[in-house]
Amino acid sequence: MANEAVLHAHSGVETHHDHDHGHEHHHHETFITKYIFSQDHKMIAKQFLITGMVWAVIGGLMSVLFRFQLGYPDATYPWLEDILGKWAKGGRISAEAYYALVTTHGTVLVFFVLTAGLSGTFANFLIPLQVGARDMASPFMNMLSYWFFFTASIVMLSSIFVETGPFSGGWTAYPPLSALGDASPGSKIGMDLWLVSMALFVVSSLLGGLNYIATILNMRTKGMSMTRMPLTIWALFFTAVLGVLSFPVLFSGFILLIFDRHFGTSFYLSDIFLASTNTALPNEGGSAILYQHLFWFLGHPEVYIILLPAMGMVSEILSVNSRKPIFGYIAMVGSLFAIAILAFLVWAHHMFVTGLNPFLGSIFVLLTLLIAVPSAIKVFNWLTTIWRGNIRFTPGMLFAIGFVSLFISGGLTGIWLGNSALDIHLHDTYFVIAHFHIVMGVASMFGMFAGVYHWYPKMYGRYLNNTLGYIHFWVTLAGAYLIFWPMHYEGLAGMPRRYYDYSIWESFKQFGELNKFISTVAMIVFAAQILFLINFFYSIWKGRKVKEQNPYNASTLEWTTPINPGHGNWPGEIPEVHRWAYDYGKDGREFISQTEPVGADESKH
Amino acid sequence: MATTATAMSTDTKWWNGGKSPFNVEYGKLMMWYFLMSDAFTFGAFLIAYGTVRFSTNGWPDPNEVFQSFPGLGSGYPLLFVSLMTFILIISSVTMVLAVQAGHHMDKKGVVKYLIWTIIGGAAFLGCQAWEWAHLHHEGAWWGSNPFPNMDGSKATTNFTNFFFTITGFHGFHVFSGVIINIIMLIMTLNNVFEKRGHYLMIEKAGLYWHFVDLVWVFVFTMFYLV
Repeated sequence: MANEAVLHAHSGVETHHDHDHGHEHHHHETFITKYIFSQDHKMIAKQFLITGMVWAVIGGLMSVLFRFQLGYPDATYPWLEDILGKWAKGGRISAEAYYALVTTHGTVLVFFVLTAGLSGTFANFLIPLQVGARDMASPFMNMLSYWFFFTASIVMLSSIFVETGPFSGGWTAYPPLSALGDASPGSKIGMDLWLVSMALFVVSSLLGGLNYIATILNMRTKGMSMTRMPLTIWALFFTAVLGVLSFPVLFSGFILLIFDRHFGTSFYLSDIFLASTNTALPNEGGSAILYQHLFWFLGHPEVYIILLPAMGMVSEILSVNSRKPIFGYIAMVGSLFAIAILAFLVWAHHMFVTGLNPFLGSIFVLLTLLIAVPSAIKVFNWLTTIWRGNIRFTPGMLFAIGFVSLFISGGLTGIWLGNSALDIHLHDTYFVIAHFHIVMGVASMFGMFAGVYHWYPKMYGRYLNNTLGYIHFWVTLAGAYLIFWPMHYEGLAGMPRRYYDYSIWESFKQFGELNKFISTVAMIVFAAQILFLINFFYSIWKGRKVKEQNPYNASTLEWTTPINPGHGNWPGEIPEVHRWAYDYGKDGREFISQTEPVGADESKH
Repeated sequence: MATTATAMSTDTKWWNGGKSPFNVEYGKLMMWYFLMSDAFTFGAFLIAYGTVRFSTNGWPDPNEVFQSFPGLGSGYPLLFVSLMTFILIISSVTMVLAVQAGHHMDKKGVVKYLIWTIIGGAAFLGCQAWEWAHLHHEGAWWGSNPFPNMDGSKATTNFTNFFFTITGFHGFHVFSGVIINIIMLIMTLNNVFEKRGHYLMIEKAGLYWHFVDLVWVFVFTMFYLV
């Protein structure tokens, strides 16, 4: 069959360009096709980013609200009743509302902000620009991916406003609490909406992921071999593969959960007596642990779905702003690959205290601790990349360095938690909260901020305000440590997570002042994020204009496009690539663009 | 394939960019990755089923449960499901023939074999509907299981729970496959592929169809044979 014909039949954008290059290609575009149902990967990236930011504000605000309860359990705030109504009777957040806030905060931050908001934004934005493609392999599927995410968002948002409240059984949604509507108010319609929203989210992630993979494999420009790709692209590639292979397992788990909720099955249910209705349930033969296996088979790769894009972007930003090639490129790719493989083999370390066979546990300990090897390779490579570099401390660079710092701090506690013997003591304590917030939550947020600051000029053709950026960085970095560092001590002392009020416990009363301190810092950090939002939206319209095509003197392809690239990215031909992405400070030259052919007397890398 | 020879004769560096490293169009690549993803969905279902079954003391005997044949009554263990499986496998063969006809730009052949494939898929779905209705008639459904364990003790409902969920999910895949094949048929009849100069879409639909058949082999093995 005529494969050539097929392979070239889908370059719709490209042929369009050949007809009228040099002109405004899409002058007939309406507001709707340009800003709403856009098929341009750059616009879709911005849609993901801004929706993710909206969710970050909602999720962040939720954490501030429940920190009020944790920091000041005895105080009452009439204004809380004004905004939350019956959920904060008398100005104190009710237990149901507290659990709903914690649950929604987790779900939203993990899936909507750090998955869709992070890889949705940067995979869409950077893949075509950095591999040299006009757009994604299927711009239409790409658009659908965003709109499935948007619909998932709307459903999740609506669950906040139903009478019985949103789901409140923790972001992991373990049955039987999540399977039985009578178990708690949040397990009623709120849980159904949660499941519908998550199912839509899985579809969105699948549509996006398939596109990212196909684009990276198939649409690289001439000369862009896999080992010439920037590390961002490698990271986004592994992220997409992880998503495509792990989300379906979660989807299966959710389907079984839906059947347990509404069709009388007992996949996860057995031998249950429900106190709220005073009845013994007929369900028999199911296993609640089964859900945990299905959930964590996604849940653990999900951690790397969140982390890998940040790692990729940080590698790129550190190299560009140190004016040095990335140290150990192949080792970086290899460690990404190792992390992607190990991601699928460690899920049961979330389940050490479920009655897992201790022998099986020891295997999962071994595999878990193995992750330290590629992680350490990456850390050392980042440090050696900036070592004796000619560092430019842009806000993006600072956030990238902050990422490395947080990744080290949070990663080290991962070695503790990965040991099943230690985990018996530390499981479900604030130590875990501290660990995963630092290593995955805040670190990936830092990666995302680094990406936003670094690529903002390419996104909007304007700069963010640097001073605000510096304030944002230092407050957030100091705040992140001040919030989460003390939680290690609380956790070591055995303070469990997910409690509504610690002041009534003799063992945890001593942390009252510390909790107050953490809550105060959380509010300050949240305020600093508002500074970032102002900076972001102000600069879209009023920021300093980008005047040079390549403001950072970076070697990658996105900086060979016009300052405000149209749909199709390059006005003429797509440039050909002749070298890897990290020729900085080579042969006495500041940087060499990937598009420059290798000279006759050039030294080898 | 005619193109392989020409492409291979020059010293082609497949992974150097500017071309697809697998010499496939992006949609086919996406289909392969989608099928991997879907394999994980079914894998999760079947492993969940295996886990629960393994940890349960008794399980109904499929030879006792699946022993009816429409018009013949009961006493024919696994005969009907063998017919279903045969139909589905034959529909895979006709799909191969449709793809093959597409390679030769033989529109009439594509139409003929697509119609046979659609008939096969629809027949499978019809059989499944009959089987479900029959089991339902015997009192089996989600949350209710009339069949005792092999040793005669009372069984949990998880035999029927998993049976209806997983065969239902597979049936839904067959149903989507039939819809896809109908769309392919309409597109073929409207000369869409003739104008494009290739029948690649049929190949992609074929990949999906074969995958659904392959999954049935596992579902069949785990529910009816083991």
